[in-house]
Amino acid sequence: MGEYPTHVLVCAGAGCISSSCKEVEQALIDELKKHQLNEKIKVVETGCIGSCDLGPVLVTYPERIFYQKVQPKDVKAIVEEHLLQGQPVERLFYQDAVTGKTMAKYDDIPFFSKQVRIALRNVGLINPVNIEEYVARDGYGALAKVLTEMTPEQVIEQIKNSGLRGRGGAGFSTGLKWEFTKKAQSDAKYVVCNADEGDPGAFMDRSILEGDPHSVLEAMAIAGYAVGASQGYVYVRAEYPLAVERLGVAIEQARKMGFLGENIYNTGFAFDVEIRVGAGAFVCGEETALIASIEGKRGEPSPKPPFPAQKGVWGKPTLINNVETFANIPPIILKGAEWFAQIGTEKSKGTKVFAIAGKITNTGLVEVPMGMTLREVIFDLGGGIHGGKRFKAAQTGGPSGGCLTTEHLDLPMDYESLTAAGSMMGSGGLIVMDEDTCMVDVARFFLEFTQDESCGKCTPCRIGTKRMLDILNRITEGKGVPEDLETLETLANTIKMSSLCGLGQSAPNPVLSTLKYFRDEYEAHIYQKTCPAGVCQSLLRYQVKSNVCKGCGLCAKNCPVGAISGKPKNPYVIIQNICVKCGLCMQKCPFNAIEFC
Amino acid sequence: MAEAKKVREDALAVPRRRFEKVNEIIARHGKSASALIPILQEVQEEYRYLPEEILTYVAMVMDLPPSTVYGVATFYVQFSLEPKGKYVIKICDGTACHVRGSDPVKEAIRKRVGLKNEKHTTDDLRFTVETVSCLGACGLAPVVMINDQIYGQMTPDAINVILDKILEEEGDVK
Ligand SMILES: Cc1cc2nc3c(=O)[nH]c(=O)nc-3n(C[C@H](O)[C@H](O)[C@H](O)COP(=O)(O)O)c2cc1C
Ligand code: SF4
Ligand code: SF4
Ligand code: SF4
Ligand code: FES
Ligand code: FES
Repeated sequence: MGEYPTHVLVCAGAGCISSSCKEVEQALIDELKKHQLNEKIKVVETGCIGSCDLGPVLVTYPERIFYQKVQPKDVKAIVEEHLLQGQPVERLFYQDAVTGKTMAKYDDIPFFSKQVRIALRNVGLINPVNIEEYVARDGYGALAKVLTEMTPEQVIEQIKNSGLRGRGGAGFSTGLKWEFTKKAQSDAKYVVCNADEGDPGAFMDRSILEGDPHSVLEAMAIAGYAVGASQGYVYVRAEYPLAVERLGVAIEQARKMGFLGENIYNTGFAFDVEIRVGAGAFVCGEETALIASIEGKRGEPSPKPPFPAQKGVWGKPTLINNVETFANIPPIILKGAEWFAQIGTEKSKGTKVFAIAGKITNTGLVEVPMGMTLREVIFDLGGGIHGGKRFKAAQTGGPSGGCLTTEHLDLPMDYESLTAAGSMMGSGGLIVMDEDTCMVDVARFFLEFTQDESCGKCTPCRIGTKRMLDILNRITEGKGVPEDLETLETLANTIKMSSLCGLGQSAPNPVLSTLKYFRDEYEAHIYQKTCPAGVCQSLLRYQVKSNVCKGCGLCAKNCPVGAISGKPKNPYVIIQNICVKCGLCMQKCPFNAIEFC
Repeated sequence: MAEAKKVREDALAVPRRRFEKVNEIIARHGKSASALIPILQEVQEEYRYLPEEILTYVAMVMDLPPSTVYGVATFYVQFSLEPKGKYVIKICDGTACHVRGSDPVKEAIRKRVGLKNEKHTTDDLRFTVETVSCLGACGLAPVVMINDQIYGQMTPDAINVILDKILEEEGDVK
């Protein structure tokens, strides 16, 4: 890490920026200057360290002390007590939510120590917009190796042997895809990085682009060499302005240093990369739609075959891989296929980055070996359920996926097991739900999303999802009828079978999976007209707890529609068909005798 | 042929002066069809929306059928054919934010800026309030983005403090 004996890493990922890390960084720089430490201690701005809910976070090196929720006013103590006198500031340590134990070191915290970081190897460790730091960590070394020591065939062989599979959703063998693209005959070919990351609840690609953009550029150049392309595109979604900015800086730097452009490493190989910013359409993450969008058209999917490897951008063979897939490439080249293939399970090699969010204690990004169990991810790394509630389900695969329940807690998370359980790996979003989450509402939520994002090109997806959504809306409003469940299943199967692209084909999955595991919740909505989790507003009612009510009459006095009746000193009653659910009575009751459930 | 060319040039002459900025943007990106989306993105940044006459103008200059340009502009949600407010407030209703309670935050925002019914933009063009699915900061759910700034772990109270500050800067002490 250069000539400075001590480094302080300041996370400048999007999460920490929103919790004002820049002010903390400035305070730190000022304080170091004040003590003439600016020559000895270097402040490094990094990408997301992963524990965004603890931000702003700082890590000192070489000791690897981890400070969380640092405020500008805390900086003085960090400099004076820790950096000057060697006494780390305990009050800023991480505290384990389960055991209550405080932990000083990065490596002691299970959230970090249980990770194996390959795709995220540099994220949170280097300054993403300083190419020298990337180079110092073997950056562009894999590119040098392939250009000077390997034939394109050898590169492809190595990727194939590693067992790497696409991290963008479908899990197709990356090496095979490269091989198909290489074999296609054409005067021009393209390499595309899919950074559209539209799955709600997923942000691993964002973190890689913002935290280590060079790793993606290097991998794209390697891919260009392997398949015979000289132009690359990164298609980034518009919602990620910081990623676009850092990627732009990285491309400039790489060009300047000769890692992109003409005659790279003096080998005559030329490769350059351009950024395309999406315009807010989820379906553009689908590869054929993405190609249409790069060409300047409406982002509508087209039938496959032909696959992009045969006919992609401007009708030319095109290799499309996901950001995380690319980020795995340089280490595989440098450390070998065998090294990579020994991590993970038999058919799912390497690691997977998961974005854990929802009702979980530690939210954030983790990279773990394929095959780690759901239990380990949620309870060991994630610190269990938020607020001591009970685990109910975890949703993987976003709007195309399904949910896993307590019976799946010991399921190894890899492509095959997740699919077998009726969910899917997807891009890596893992949303945890607790007893307060209504699964019917979740299914409705996903369907509303896919219905909204359906491009409308084919009828089953356009009309079918609309009909399913109407039914789900009805059920959550307490107007469901017994036939609804069967109709939902029939519609779901039709849409799955007859839609043109992956969006339609997978849109019914969240409904099917919740119907399978949480049918009782659907039935409660339909038959008892209740929402067991207490989420669906139309099914909730205000009620007087007769054993708590003192009969003071205050609620009745305040009810604007006269919906409460009763005799003083006796329990009062709310007449449901008059009540307009304004909630005033609950606020006014001095004895907390009114509940909403 | 020459006549047609002249008619076209005459038609372009007036807007050309008015759409100085648009010309500049098109010149920078070139006139290939694949530049259309980046061009519309920059035009929208300039005008905060895509006025219809500008879409027609872009089509003319780029030699594309107006229906193509219009088709692209309506396909992508990022493009707006109606003026947007000075502050574009995006409330994330992605999965993570949804399960951590983005709805009450949305209600609080709409109430604070005075938006009713189905409307997205205030009449004075100060605020546009939209829901989006996932801003990629799910660890901080629920998340709100105001222009390019992200605010995490929002509650109705927290967002009101932020909005109060904006309104104050706007010289609007409510
Ligand atoms: C509706 C839909 C949305 C998709 N969104 C993305 C996305 O945001 N990012 C991504 O990498 N792949 C996405 N995919 C998958 C891509 O079509 C494609 O399989 C992937 O980019 C291939 O890269 P990989 O082999 O490295 O995974 C999506 C697919 C569908 C059907
Ligand atoms: S399945 Fe849906 S999103 Fe895909 S092409 Fe058909 S209508 Fe469009
Ligand atoms: S919720 Fe409102 S309308 Fe209903 S009983 Fe209470 S005060 Fe009356
Ligand atoms: S205000 Fe509360 S305690 Fe008094 S009558 Fe109503 S419910 Fe009972
Ligand atoms: S942004 Fe700082 S930890 Fe994620
Ligand atoms: S779900 Fe809201 S930021 Fe991702």
